[in-house]
Amino acid sequence: MGFISRGFRGKKRDTASSSRLPPGQYIVTDYPVLSAGPTPRIPLSEWTFVLEGEIDQPKKWTWEEFRKLPTEQVTKDIHCVTKWSKFDTVWKGVSVDTILDGVETAAEYTVQFSYGGYTTNLPLEDLTGGKAWIVYEFDGQPLHPEHGGPARMLVPHLYFWKSAKWIRGIRLVNQDEPGFWEVNGYNNYGDPWREQRYWGD
Amino acid sequence: MLQVLRWQIGIVAELVQETPRVASLVLDVPDWPGHDAGQHVDVRLTADDGYQAERSYSIASAPEDHRVAITVERLEDGEVSPYLVGEVRAGDKVELRGPIGGYFVWKGSDERPLLLVAGGSGIVPLMAMIRHRAATGSKTPTRLLYSSRSLEDVIYREELDRLASAGDGLTVAHTLTRKQPEGWAGYSRRIDTAMLAEVAWPKAQMPIVYVCGPTPLVEGVASLLVDMGYDPASIKTERFGPTGG
Repeated sequence: MGFISRGFRGKKRDTASSSRLPPGQYIVTDYPVLSAGPTPRIPLSEWTFVLEGEIDQPKKWTWEEFRKLPTEQVTKDIHCVTKWSKFDTVWKGVSVDTILDGVETAAEYTVQFSYGGYTTNLPLEDLTGGKAWIVYEFDGQPLHPEHGGPARMLVPHLYFWKSAKWIRGIRLVNQDEPGFWEVNGYNNYGDPWREQRYWGD
Repeated sequence: MLQVLRWQIGIVAELVQETPRVASLVLDVPDWPGHDAGQHVDVRLTADDGYQAERSYSIASAPEDHRVAITVERLEDGEVSPYLVGEVRAGDKVELRGPIGGYFVWKGSDERPLLLVAGGSGIVPLMAMIRHRAATGSKTPTRLLYSSRSLEDVIYREELDRLASAGDGLTVAHTLTRKQPEGWAGYSRRIDTAMLAEVAWPKAQMPIVYVCGPTPLVEGVASLLVDMGYDPASIKTERFGPTGG
């Protein structure tokens, strides 16, 4: 143990939850909002979700079509790079596995892109195998625009900026393409358990 | 381009009580790599049993300052802020790393007029921009609209008054939402369309806009500006939620 902050005791340690809390995080019970610009307004009549890039035929769903896809309800802990974590959040949406069903691609990377211009990048394998969803309900209610509605990504094993709000589509790419925060100082991968917050972590 | 952000020890050179609940910690950081106005640092506290708590704080000082200042609002049920505002004394050491964030920054090279909108301690990163502007002798036309609960809660009040009276293109408008002193000539309500129409640069002048404060203020102001026809891509937001500990 190196540095000690003189006179700092901290709050009571909650050992039961600490095994679920990545390093440097603290638990919140409310749901903070973080985004870099105004909340986009997306009428459901104009909303589409596309899968494009390194596939033979891009795939596209309207809101109505998307809502007919098989759904899953998942309960996950989420971790924001700004230090808050929220346990047992309940979401409903479509697994990325469902979106990719039957798709042949040689791509190893993905770019999530959003209404409003946000992007974030991940290896494809971080979106497959029951690890990622496109969700449109939070806590049994339609997802509020502030939190990314009509639909957002949910990739709970990584810091939450890797879960794009206002998702418009996923692009399959051969080369990794760092996204919005990734070119602005934030880590390219973002594993909270390895505290990969920033460049070089 | 890639730089590893190492934890460093800063020494508290000075404490400035800005308001009853807000203080600035002015730190000597020997290996500080420099920063841009609008960036933040992570602060990490370590108890003697090894328990650690981390939070992010915006940098208040201009890049030109030789010391790094952060301004912290004490949250009574918080874990880190009551230590930084209340326990820390001059000469104490504080562990930090940064600077962090490359989006909510103003480097001064931008020719566009600047509109800054702050709520409460959301003024901090905007103050770094205002100080940077002053330190470089920039004449960038700049307007600040700053919402506080009361006059006592206005952070950096005297410095803002002084900078605004320099006549170099900075104007400051205050709104006090809960309590106003007798004879108050400023605004006394939450920020609304009429207030923005009076304070903001006309959209034809294509201002670049920075909004920082609690989420309801940021969501509200950004949404009003979009309604008024400002380009969403020129509006940058940063939030201070109730959870900041």
